[in-house]
Order: sequence, then C-alpha cells, then structure tokens
Amino acid sequence: MKELLMGNEAIALGALCAGVGVVTGYPGTPSTEALETCAKRRTEDVHVEWSVNEKSALEVAAGAAYTGKRTLVTMKQVGLNVASDPLMSLAYIGVKGGMVVLVADDPGPISSQTEQDTRTFAMYSKLPVFDPSTPEEAFEMIGEAYEFSEKYGTPVLFRPTTRVCHATALIDVPEARRPVQPGTFEKSPRWGIFPRLALENHRKIEARNRELETVFSTYAGNRVTALSGGENAKQALVTSGVGDRYAAEALKMLGSPAVKILRVATPFPFPNRLAESFLAGVEEVLCVEELDPVLERALLQLAGEKHLSVTVRGKRTGDLPAAGEYTTECVRAAVAKFLGVPDLPAPEAEKTPALPVRPPVLCAGCPHRASFYAVREAAKGKKALFAGDIGCYTLGNAMGMSDTCLCMGAGITVAQGVRRGEPDMHTFSFVGDSTFFHTGIPGVINAVYNGAKETVVVLDNDTTAMTGHQPHPGTGVSAIGGAAEKISIPKILEAVGVSPVITVDPFDVQAAIQAARDAMEAPGVSAVIYKSPCAARIRPQKPVAVWENCVNCGKCIRELGCPALRRGENAVAVDTTLCTGCGLCTDICPVGALQKEDA
Amino acid sequence: MDILLCGVGGQGTVLASKLLAQCAAAKGLPVHTAETIGMAQRGGCVASHVRIGADTAAPLLPFGTADLLIAFEPAEAVRALPYLKQGGAAVVNTRPLQAVTGNYEPAEMLDYLTAHVANLTLCDATGAAERCGNSKALNSALLGEAARAGVLGFDVGELCAAVEALLPERHRAVNLAAIRGNF
Repeated sequence: MKELLMGNEAIALGALCAGVGVVTGYPGTPSTEALETCAKRRTEDVHVEWSVNEKSALEVAAGAAYTGKRTLVTMKQVGLNVASDPLMSLAYIGVKGGMVVLVADDPGPISSQTEQDTRTFAMYSKLPVFDPSTPEEAFEMIGEAYEFSEKYGTPVLFRPTTRVCHATALIDVPEARRPVQPGTFEKSPRWGIFPRLALENHRKIEARNRELETVFSTYAGNRVTALSGGENAKQALVTSGVGDRYAAEALKMLGSPAVKILRVATPFPFPNRLAESFLAGVEEVLCVEELDPVLERALLQLAGEKHLSVTVRGKRTGDLPAAGEYTTECVRAAVAKFLGVPDLPAPEAEKTPALPVRPPVLCAGCPHRASFYAVREAAKGKKALFAGDIGCYTLGNAMGMSDTCLCMGAGITVAQGVRRGEPDMHTFSFVGDSTFFHTGIPGVINAVYNGAKETVVVLDNDTTAMTGHQPHPGTGVSAIGGAAEKISIPKILEAVGVSPVITVDPFDVQAAIQAARDAMEAPGVSAVIYKSPCAARIRPQKPVAVWENCVNCGKCIRELGCPALRRGENAVAVDTTLCTGCGLCTDICPVGALQKEDA
Repeated sequence: MDILLCGVGGQGTVLASKLLAQCAAAKGLPVHTAETIGMAQRGGCVASHVRIGADTAAPLLPFGTADLLIAFEPAEAVRALPYLKQGGAAVVNTRPLQAVTGNYEPAEMLDYLTAHVANLTLCDATGAAERCGNSKALNSALLGEAARAGVLGFDVGELCAAVEALLPERHRAVNLAAIRGNF
C-alpha cells in the first residue's frame, strides 16, 4: 500500500529497507525527521540515537561501520562542518558496512546560517554524493547508495534539499527489509590512520573516483531525456536536485520546446563519459542547480579536457541567481531566454494594501522571553554584551538580546573575545540546553582556564525546541523514548570551576533578575540557569485578563514583544487563542492592569 | 488541482495539507505537498503547496496557477494572491492574526480580496472552531467551508474520513464538528 511520506521519512524507510543497523544524528532543519522516523519505525535490532553532536554521531557510526553494520548518520549542512573532522579522515580509512551520511542542504537559506553546498563538500572530502530530486527518488536512491558504499568500501554523502526533505509524496514501501547484519570487529592496521597509510589510501581514493566517473555514467539516476524531438538539439539543459523539477515545470509552461536534458544524480564523481556523449553536437548548455555551480564547473572542466566547443551557462554567466532558492519563475525566465522562446507574461504587479511584516518570534509563554527580560533588567545602565547562539533563543534579537550569533556553541567563546577587545564590558552568553551539550561545554572550560570574566546564561527548557522537541542528554529520555541517564548542567558547570552557578525559574521575575545581578558581580566565570519547560510542551493556563485601569501605555508590548499582546483602541488586547497565561506581562504592567485569572 | 494553503506559523497549515493529501490518496490520486517547516513556524508567514494529479513537476506552485487558495488569515490571503490563477477560488478566514510589528486594518484586506477574486468565500473560521470547542481546529473549519462551497474537489464526507485516518481519537470530535460546520 502506498503511504504518504515526507522526503525525510522516505529516506529513513529506504535506509531501514536497506538493512541499516545503526542510526545516529543531531537535529537540524531540514534533516530532523529522518532520524525520528528511524526511531519510530525501527525493529528492535536497529540502534537509533540522538548523539550529543554531529561529530560524535559520525564517529559512533564509523565504529559500527567498521564492524560491518550498515549505518546512517543524519544532520543539516552546517552540522557537516562539526562532523567534518572525523569525516575527512574516515574518507581515507573507509568502511566495511555501508555508510550513508545524510546531509540536508537548505537553499534560501530558510532555517540556517549558511547556503553551503554539500556537493562541494563531497569534492573536498573526495566522497561520492547522491542528489535526489524528489521524495520518491530519495527512497529509491538511498538503497543504491548503500550498495555503492559497500562495494567501494567508502562512506557516501546523500544530499537532499529542503524541498525534497519537507515535500511529501505517495510511496510504496515494501514490507520486506534486508536483515540487519551482525557486526564483527576484525583487528587490522587498516583502522588506524598513519601518514603512510594515508598516502597509500589517498592514491587509491583518487583512482577510485576516476573509476566512478565511468561507473556513474551508466547509473540509472544519471539520465538523458528529450522533449519534442530534441534528441539532436544544439541546446541542452543539465540539471540536478530540485533544480531538475523547476526546469521540468518551466519547460511544460513554455510549451515543451525541443531540448534535451541531462539530470545528474551523482554530481561527484561527475559522470564524465555520459556527459561527453550527451554534449555531442550540443553548442550551448544551461545548468539548472541550486547553491554552488557544481555541474557548471564540472562541464567547464570536461569541455577543457576534451576540447569541446560548447558554451556552459548558469550561475557564472549570470543566467541564474548565484544565491538563494530557485523558483519555477526564475528558472523559466532563464530557460526561455536561453532557448529563445517567449516567456509567459509576468502578472501585473497589483498595488496591495500594506502587508504586515512577520518576523519569526518567540512563542507566547516562551520562558526565554522571561529570561531575556531578567538579564536585560539586571544589566540596565551597564555596558553589556548579549552573545546569542543557535536555537529558538536566536529570536531574542527582537528584544535586543542577541548581539552576536555565529554557529552552535560560539556565543560563549565569542563573548570572551569581545571582552578581550573591550575589557570594560559585562558579557552574557546565552546558550540553550541542547546547544550547551552540543558544543557549549568546551567554551566554558576555555573561559575558566584562560581567566575570562563572563556570565553563561543557560536557557534550559528541557528539550531541543527549534527542531521540534527532540530529547538531549539533559532530558533523561533517549531517541527511542526510553529512560536515559539525566546529565546535570549545574554539576558540569560546578565541576569545571564556574562560580556561582544559580538555578532559577525565569517566571519568578524578581528572583530571576537578582540571579543575573549576583552572577555579573562574580569575578570570573559565573552561570545562571533559567529553568522552565518549553511553552509548547505544557498545558496553557487561563489567558491573562486586561482590567479597566489599562492606560494603553504599551509598555508590555514594547518590552516583551509577545505575540499574544496587541495594541487595542483604548487598552491593550490579549489574543486568548495564543496567550498561555504565563503572567510575565503582569509583572511588567506599571498600573497592574494585566492580571492572571486565577490570581 | 493545485491548492495553496497560507497563514501564519502555528495556525495549522501543515495538518490541513496532510488532510488534503489523505483525501487525494484515498481516491487513488497522485499527490505531492511541500510545507514550511522550521524557523518561520514561530509566527512567520507559512504556506503549504498541495498538488493533486499526475502532471506536476515542481514541489512549489508557480505564480498564477493555484486553482484554490485557502487562507488562514486575511493579510496572508492578500500576500499569497499572486499564486491564484485567473478565475480561481479563494476561501479566507476573516479573523486577522495581527503581527507583533503592528496592527493592520482587516477591512482593507477583505475589500481588496472582494475586488480581486470573483469566487471568494469569506468566513470567520476561527470563530467557528472556537464554537466547536477549540480554536486550533481552524484548519478543519476552513477545509469544511471550502468543501461546502464546492471548491475543494473533496466533499465533507471525504474530509471526515481523512480526519478518522490521521488524527488521534482525542482530537477527532472537535475536528469533525468543525468540518461539518456543526456549532
């Protein structure tokens, strides 16, 4: 029976059908649902874990792959940066069991810091990469990825983008799964990376990748199609990923002009032989690919090597945007211009009423809002830096509480550097509970060891909220829902010499402000842990009531930016569908006009 | 049949698109959807693209091609209107969800929609959901409204079957009531 599956779910089920035995990863949009689906749909003999970070995830999977287990590692594109240290070396060491590293790219970017392209990373790490265009293809391709991985004894990258990961389709998932193989670790010098082995393996990798250029030339995922008798057209498209789907839609809208198309599913190693035969008689090629001009460069290189008289167009020629997500419109305009056919007329730009700007905001009732308010009050009138980090609390920028944001765990260390530059600054670094475990801890140790003065503010909402509430080492729950060792954040901080370490409920407003004041008086590294569960995971209380004495001063709205508070005609209005009754605003109102209903 | 669902993160567009996909699957129709998942789910603009039928390629609808626009909020209806094809239908919740950046005048949006969409259904779907017992059933209320207006391509019975198939027992009654318009 066909099942409606999101791309990430399809990838997970494809991996389970292929007999994956160990699945590790760290949450990150748009990759998260892949591991969650493995956890939900696994059989008892499949180990699934949320690892503490992507580096750990990759290393755990590497060990399992040494024993012959098939493994899946999941992460978003910036997670690959964290995992790149083990991955670069593992590329040299290789694996015994098939290993697929699922790295979800995010053109836009919609929920990321960068628009980095994992296909480029594949080239750098010398690892084969698979680039599906749809959820259906992703399901088919992941099984093939395991076959290639095992045959060539190498990890392979699998790189869908947001519109594959978060698109859904009806997919026929077979009942039968390849049995999970038992693992055996055979002691051998091959598992220890030494310079001599590295050199030897480097030579082998380069030779293998040349071989794969030929092998991939007959891989069914790399395919040539033609529209309207375009088999011998002088103009051709070369596409990959979702770009292929935009091109198909655009060509349909343009009345299916005569053209031939090469869809590349393995951008690296590039299927050179197939591309060379495809280019016979072609004078001009347009590359349709999101993010980096990977196909474009590969074709330019091929044209140079083979002295082909072909013009390669795409991003480098300005035909398509160098940055951002593609749309059917931008691809259609480029394709129409390229083929010399008229594009559809653009719809007349209608003048609409002014539309509201909707930046993402902290939810109504979010404990981070209370924590930010407390620290801001404590630091009022003082020269202070509020270093931010990655998570829901990045949205503290709307309250002026995220002065910097770089990458996972960087807030704690960036703050130290800022103070080296400006020594009279009070520095607060905000870090979420999951981020603290991910890469926050070394930064705290760095601060203590190097005599920094800093207040680490842990926003502990007992979950990984931004990616949809995954457990982490502080929650006492594992990825498969079982009980796990609950690791104490305050004990870690105390153990590395942070003092004082104050834990407080951010909704106890006065105590929360006092905690921040006390911590910033400390001579060295101090910490405040604001502990309160994510608002999305607790039952809301009765909405806050607005009393008649509201003077409509707007202080609550200005100070808190809560989506449940609106400016009304004569008084502030509470949106009762959003308000969770957290009561933070009742502490801020100067005339006591906002009241908790139960109070 | 191409349907665009638009609204503000948290309003429930993702479930609405799942219900539509379930309706299509139950009828044996090919269906693809694309959702907004991630940071924008925290109060930003979100859209779900639902494409029913075999002849679709791109995951997202091109502008000017949606047969039906289902808007969870008036200003988002105006924002997404370029997706609607000439002669397409729109079903719009009249209850505004104001932005933290400032209030807008809903009447302006509704006037604009009335002037630009001939086949327009306006309804207070939030109110309807509240009367059914939970404002979160807004998605079901809107889908029910579209079905009853005869512009959805699925009828009330098909939507109810999708709810039975997808939702846990405890959420069914309120969503079924919202779809049927029983309040």
